[in-house]
Amino acid sequence: MRLKSSLKWLALAGGFALSLGMASAQTSMRIGLAEDPDVLDPSLARSYVGRIVFASLCDKLFDIDAKLNIVPQLALSSETSADGKEVVIKLRPNVKFHDGEPMDAEAVRFSLDRHLNMAGSFRKPELGSVAEITVVDPLTVKLALKALFSPLIAQLTDRAGMIVSPKAAKELGDKFGQKPVCAGPFKFVERVQQDRIVLEKFADYWNKDKINFDRVVFLPIADSTVRLANLRSGQLDLIERLPATDIKDVKANAKLKLTAVPSLAYSGITMNIANKEAGKTGLGLDPRVRQALNWAIDREAINQVAFNGEFTPGNQWINPSNPYYQKSFPVTGRDVKKAQDLLKAAGVKTPLTIDFMVPNNPEARQVAEIVQSMAAEAGFDMKIRLTEFATSLTQAEQGNYQAYLLNWSGRTDPDGNAYSFHACGQPLNYTGYCNKDVDALLGEARQKGSFDERKAIYEKATKILQEEGGVLYLYHVSILMAHTDRLDGYVQLPDGLIRLTGARLK
Amino acid sequence: MLSVILKRVLQLVPTVFFVSVIIFSLQHLLPGDPALIMAGEDKDPAVIAQIRAQYHLDQPLPLQYLYWIKGVLHGDLGESMRLKAPVLELVATKLPVTLQLACMAMLIALTLGVSFGVLCAVYKGRLLDSIVNVVGLVGISTPNFWLGIMLIFLFSVHLGWLPASGYVSPFEDLGQSLKTTIMPAFVLGNAIAGVLMRHTRGAMLQALASDYVRTARAKGLYEHVVVIKHAMRNALTPVITLGALEFGTLLSGAVLTEQIFTIPGFGKLIVDAVFNRDYAVVQGVVLVTATTYILLNLLADLGYILVNPRLRDE
Amino acid sequence: MNDVIEMSSPSFLESPAGRAWRRLKARVPAMVGLVMIICLVVLAVFAPEIAPYDVIKQNYLLVRKAPSGAHWFGTDEVGRDILTRVIWGARASLSAGVISVGIAISIGVPLGLIAGYRGGFIDALISRFTDAMLACPFLILAIALAAFLGPSLGNAMIAIGITATPLFVRLTRGQTLAIRNEDYIEAARAVGNPVWRIALRHILPNVLPALLVQATLTIATAIIAEASLSFLGLGQQPPLPSWGSMLNVAQRFLGNAPWMAIWPGLAIFVSVISFNLLGDGLRDALDPRSR
Repeated sequence: MRLKSSLKWLALAGGFALSLGMASAQTSMRIGLAEDPDVLDPSLARSYVGRIVFASLCDKLFDIDAKLNIVPQLALSSETSADGKEVVIKLRPNVKFHDGEPMDAEAVRFSLDRHLNMAGSFRKPELGSVAEITVVDPLTVKLALKALFSPLIAQLTDRAGMIVSPKAAKELGDKFGQKPVCAGPFKFVERVQQDRIVLEKFADYWNKDKINFDRVVFLPIADSTVRLANLRSGQLDLIERLPATDIKDVKANAKLKLTAVPSLAYSGITMNIANKEAGKTGLGLDPRVRQALNWAIDREAINQVAFNGEFTPGNQWINPSNPYYQKSFPVTGRDVKKAQDLLKAAGVKTPLTIDFMVPNNPEARQVAEIVQSMAAEAGFDMKIRLTEFATSLTQAEQGNYQAYLLNWSGRTDPDGNAYSFHACGQPLNYTGYCNKDVDALLGEARQKGSFDERKAIYEKATKILQEEGGVLYLYHVSILMAHTDRLDGYVQLPDGLIRLTGARLK
Repeated sequence: MLSVILKRVLQLVPTVFFVSVIIFSLQHLLPGDPALIMAGEDKDPAVIAQIRAQYHLDQPLPLQYLYWIKGVLHGDLGESMRLKAPVLELVATKLPVTLQLACMAMLIALTLGVSFGVLCAVYKGRLLDSIVNVVGLVGISTPNFWLGIMLIFLFSVHLGWLPASGYVSPFEDLGQSLKTTIMPAFVLGNAIAGVLMRHTRGAMLQALASDYVRTARAKGLYEHVVVIKHAMRNALTPVITLGALEFGTLLSGAVLTEQIFTIPGFGKLIVDAVFNRDYAVVQGVVLVTATTYILLNLLADLGYILVNPRLRDE
Repeated sequence: MNDVIEMSSPSFLESPAGRAWRRLKARVPAMVGLVMIICLVVLAVFAPEIAPYDVIKQNYLLVRKAPSGAHWFGTDEVGRDILTRVIWGARASLSAGVISVGIAISIGVPLGLIAGYRGGFIDALISRFTDAMLACPFLILAIALAAFLGPSLGNAMIAIGITATPLFVRLTRGQTLAIRNEDYIEAARAVGNPVWRIALRHILPNVLPALLVQATLTIATAIIAEASLSFLGLGQQPPLPSWGSMLNVAQRFLGNAPWMAIWPGLAIFVSVISFNLLGDGLRDALDPRSR
């Protein structure tokens, strides 16, 4: 008895000493974000920057690797039935949420159900193909699908695959985002709106041996110069979305390191073809007018002038290094003569005035001015209209534009970069383009499982869209992260998220 | 006397009502549908419809106004669509930041403005007067946002002495807090210092030419005693009042400065909310700051009336 | 005594405007301001002739080059000459300053006259509304109005003009109230002059000096406001420059091309201080108490 209690004291004292030792060696990772994230609830979140925070906070059923392969995270495996209408997911055993609750099949059912049915959930369309979720045993879930939908597992590598603690979610309801409880490597400590988000290491994380930070602090800093200045002065350890024009400075600084990876995103000019009145003139007149604009533009020059040559010129919805890229339609150079001829053939009077809606940010503005100057030589008078983001969304939807410089952050599955933009009447089809053949092809690609089959279908769609489609792809940004050279083992994936597993500060 | 005060207080009601109408209509007239922004990149029609219903966006405008004003009268400023947090809570967390910045700016403005104003008045017409006058004008004429950018360039990018952004509470780390706020406070204070300096100079000149100062001088008092004890005391009343009004504008006027230095105060909150069409936040925060401004105005007026009995019967 | 001296001095025959001009001329800072404003106006009007390069022609071989003999102020993010763009920017900034104040006066002064002259409910209504507008943050109102009207230099002017209107309402109303019951106004009324003539003929001239001072100082504020709106992308649309929009672009290159931010900022500063100098001088020159 005596011995036991003194042993207990010894253990306690030892534990105390250990925790003291740890306190002195607290490692804190400070990350500079380009924007302030929105609400931190996986069902209600919308922003790209929010996903960066979630990568440390909420684990998903699946994840992706550097080659965009789907790898297990909270799930161990998935199996799709022969007819494609049933998916069985096996879960990782002994996983706990931040509040100590077990992460099991019931929790997965609850979370997916919450994504699907919660008022205001943005995950509804992503999981729209799911008809029913059933718990088979504590570590197995079965999803019954309405129809075969091959991008489903890819959806589960993002917010739709994040599993939340049912206990906390029931308690907090739609206030869950103010104190999120998930099963990720770090748990939520505090958030000061527009100032910082603080997370700390979760001691019971299933993969805790690979987590080498005690604390993660996210600091939203909109101005890129200021972000870089803070990294340089040591106030931050890593910053996201470094402007390409600052790469030289980072490379010249021995204390900083640069990570650059081609992204899933694209930037392009969305052209109004048949979206209300504005589509009846200008670029919507004739496919040859759109082709003329294509030949008027020098993509490599845009890349060199605006981005110091660090991005990738592109002409498809995925970048040229992506396996789905159609090599039979390579990026074309500039040919002003050809552009002028096409305009003449289409019978338009030059200069052809185009209302060019451009999001109000300095980078987009620079690209727009270069496009404007290039297109002028071919016979276009592109009238730039800098429009703040909120207004541009409404005007794009209402067809109140002729050309619109638009970025898409990109999805793991090519379907996410294609379907909603080119299929008839889809929410992101601002061009008003509608071609039954393209519709059928894009729909077919959703129902095929194999890479080769899908790629062949996409090639057919690409051929039509290159000729008459409404999006003129320009370039693909690279994910540019700058960090202190003390950060070791950090791996950047093409989705732009910041995964801290395996990294450490020296 | 009492009736004058009562009248002024009653006038507050229509003014605040107009503020609420102005800010409500401006927000809702803006093109750009908050539901579309809220719907994220994918923009599912069902989600959009659901958001519209949840925030009464599908109702006619007058009805939406009534929903809002009813909440306000019950002490509920609504909820931020974007951040899913009560506006009142946002106001409470931002207030200390903006207050600290405003107080520091005011301290800088009063120190510089009053001391140089008094000096100018005492040395009226001399070289020092002209130099300080020009410097004061320079302060007024420098665009805040440009000065901010230049300070960042010099002290953060070039020299690396001060952090270019962020905010640390003084209760957390006083030194760091001062480091993060000194540049924006200087940017804000510098412009007001110019205004205060010119007013101090004018008021001091008037006071120095007055009978009681002449009497004091005639009594053979030292000049510095005359200046400090007699002239300054009288001249400073209008300056302090002006300071109070400028303080009111600081509460909401730091819009661009907070944006440039990434200070999470009222200004940044409002601008972000305007661009995200977060109606409840814009309306709530402007209502709070405008009401504060109106109240400060009233206090300043009442102060005048108390000091200057001739105004009582107006 | 004094009267006799005044009568015999040459200023006896001087018009009020002539007297003001004589007083203004004696003030060095005000004249410096005036000369600088004239220079800026000349630059703005003759920008195409004065500017050394084409204002919109891009040159991808000269992207973000530091100041040199060929390009005194350096070049910008698409290889345009910054000196040229600063000169052209004077057009946007000066016209924005003058036109927006013109808008503010043309709305504000009549409202102020009506409020001050009529009094009663109309006065209360206008005054409370003015108070309310003044209580809202200036830039927030301007941003919201500019976004509402759509991005263009003209709309930015309207937005700034409307936002600055309360200043002129309040000023005119105050001045009108002060002289409404003067004998000569009463007399004009007794003779049966219509209200508009009393306002135009008798009240307005008395408001004019204060108005002129306020207008000059407000132009300075309006130039900064236009720069702020353009800085936020709500003013001048590319490819033509305005100083604010040049700063907007420059902010991104602060670390590696600081000259892009220095010159447009200095240009704003110089024009604002010019109007402030002139306004100060006018205030002193038109003040009946000083001489």
